[in-house]
Amino acid sequence: MDKSTNIDQLVEQFKDLPGGLMPLLHAVKHTVGFIPDESVSQIAKGFNLSRAEVHGVISFYHDFNTSPVGQHTVQICRAEACQSMGSRRIEAHAKKSLGIEYGETTEDGRVTLQPVYCLGNCACSPSIRIDDDIHARVSAESFDQLMSELCAPATDNAGAKR
Amino acid sequence: MNMRFFVPQDTTALALGSNSVASMLAGELKERGLNDEIIRNGSRGMFWLEPLLEVEYGDSRLAFGPVTPSDVSSILDCLSSLEKNTKSANHPLHLGEVDEIDYLARQQRLTFSRAGVGDPLCIKNYQNLAGFTGLARAVKLESQEVVDQLKDSGLRGRGGAAFPAGIKWQTVLDTPGEQKYIVCNADEGDSGTFADRLLMEADPYQLIEGMAIAGLAVGANQGYIYLRSEYPVAHKILNQAIERATEAGFLGENICNSSSDFFLEVRLGAGAYICGEETSLLESLEGKRGMVRAKPPLPAIEGLFGKPTVVNNVLTLGAAASILEQGSETYKDFGMGRSRGTLAVQLAGNVKRGGVIELAFGVTLREVVEGFGDGTYSGRPIRAIQMGGPLGAFLPESQWDTPLDYEAFAAIKAMIGHGGIVVFDDTVDMAAQARFAMEFCAVESCGKCTPCRIGATRGVEVIDRIVKNQDRDNNLILLTDLCDTMELGSLCAMGGMTPFPVRSALTYFAEDFGGESPREN
Repeated sequence: MDKSTNIDQLVEQFKDLPGGLMPLLHAVKHTVGFIPDESVSQIAKGFNLSRAEVHGVISFYHDFNTSPVGQHTVQICRAEACQSMGSRRIEAHAKKSLGIEYGETTEDGRVTLQPVYCLGNCACSPSIRIDDDIHARVSAESFDQLMSELCAPATDNAGAKR
Repeated sequence: MNMRFFVPQDTTALALGSNSVASMLAGELKERGLNDEIIRNGSRGMFWLEPLLEVEYGDSRLAFGPVTPSDVSSILDCLSSLEKNTKSANHPLHLGEVDEIDYLARQQRLTFSRAGVGDPLCIKNYQNLAGFTGLARAVKLESQEVVDQLKDSGLRGRGGAAFPAGIKWQTVLDTPGEQKYIVCNADEGDSGTFADRLLMEADPYQLIEGMAIAGLAVGANQGYIYLRSEYPVAHKILNQAIERATEAGFLGENICNSSSDFFLEVRLGAGAYICGEETSLLESLEGKRGMVRAKPPLPAIEGLFGKPTVVNNVLTLGAAASILEQGSETYKDFGMGRSRGTLAVQLAGNVKRGGVIELAFGVTLREVVEGFGDGTYSGRPIRAIQMGGPLGAFLPESQWDTPLDYEAFAAIKAMIGHGGIVVFDDTVDMAAQARFAMEFCAVESCGKCTPCRIGATRGVEVIDRIVKNQDRDNNLILLTDLCDTMELGSLCAMGGMTPFPVRSALTYFAEDFGGESPREN
């Protein structure tokens, strides 16, 4: 699929919407998986902004990653309610068992690990988010379980997907 | 037999496996040849009981929880021998009539009266529970009369700043302008808060109704809900609710057959905590970096795209709908002092029974934490309570008898904020929490003002030196100085209030910093 055509279509769709840059960037991320550096000039042109302005917006927000992420994004809540229930241990366990730090992707390209500050599930902490699903009362064991469920089916069709 | 089953679909219930319970239930019913209806309701906010299965049978509504898929079969067995209208069932997970569960029965629910009762997207259900009657009333009133209702109620902004909502609406009404906006701040980023999320997921039409009322009150025809991207479930529900409300004539052109229009759209944030600050939120809505604006001009005068704008929290707008429905007097009758109405307390963290607890202002922190929370989840003693999110103070036991009242909390240098309570047991390291407060500020600062942008990073370093006992006395003085600078020199609450958790940790839990005695502040 041609990325630049795709982005042109999206720019066309959002450029006249008041405050349309944020919805556009979400749409680009949704379509491409990240905000490619080379899209900045296309976006700037469509929105009649400077490239610096567009870059400034992209770099301000945690959500707008500018490089590809793994098949699944795993976010661990670092906020206080989760801390009170031992999220620092989950955090350390996740980094160790996946062998990556925050912002990194596992070698097999399956999982990208990110911090998040509150998922609004604070009465049943600690919480993590895997793609759009939130999980409550996570322990090291249940984390491992969730990760193995994530990886198991993907093994079969990994060749087809990549 | 005609029963109706209710299985919640809010974020917390889903996170605890309510989808598996629902599909197991559907499978079991089919296997037994039963065609009872399964409704995916919102949660009641008793999150410690999720997934909470409710069964309506005649006049009774029986609760079971927390339910796992493997409990479904035995619950159905127990129900099969049940008499209609009965109030009790013989099952270990049976909790009695849902409305009579102590945790719920002791609350004073106004804003959350409908949460969990039915399908959040069913307009008919909403109307059966007096939904859209506030809007119908507002349509018949003059703008000024609607604003007067809000002013008379004494409602103060529930986002955290507690500014009188009626005065804000009055300012927007009085400011001339062809185009005005209603912006709902649904960027509920404080740890320990989830009441906005619950309202949006369990009773989204109330927010929609409140926003349409605000539009009528100030003469705005466009609304935006700025929702944080961490709430994917709320996002889906809100979009569906807006679509249905538009089809039904409560949004769009000529709402409720009046001559007024009100269009509503959800806009997603992108993971920036600072965008919960209203001016930063407006920048973000305009498609810019979420940099805080200097005030004045007030958003009520120059807000979104430079136009007069009401920016209110989800719960403020929700309360506006109930005030218009029930009248300002009813609302004002709840509360104490200048804190009128009810507060949706969110009990979270290391607590056995966490959830949303809506009570009139005036109840003490201890009554909430001990009376509803029933101790820590870990079973260990409570050591500290953080109220009001990451910018709120850590409170030691000596302060737990403070009544929930904006002024009473301000008097002890703490804040109610958005009503989040995070409980910590005695394993907490308060120096680590103070460090985290600074670290969080460093990560989330918009960077506009120096005390916040640089002060937070220096704060982390100074706390590290104190804990390592490096030039301790001087570093303690430095930290106090730094807190003063951040408090006095920052544009918004991010830099201005990050010192609250830091100072309170240092004052009341000095032993965690390797010190001997508490320091004076």
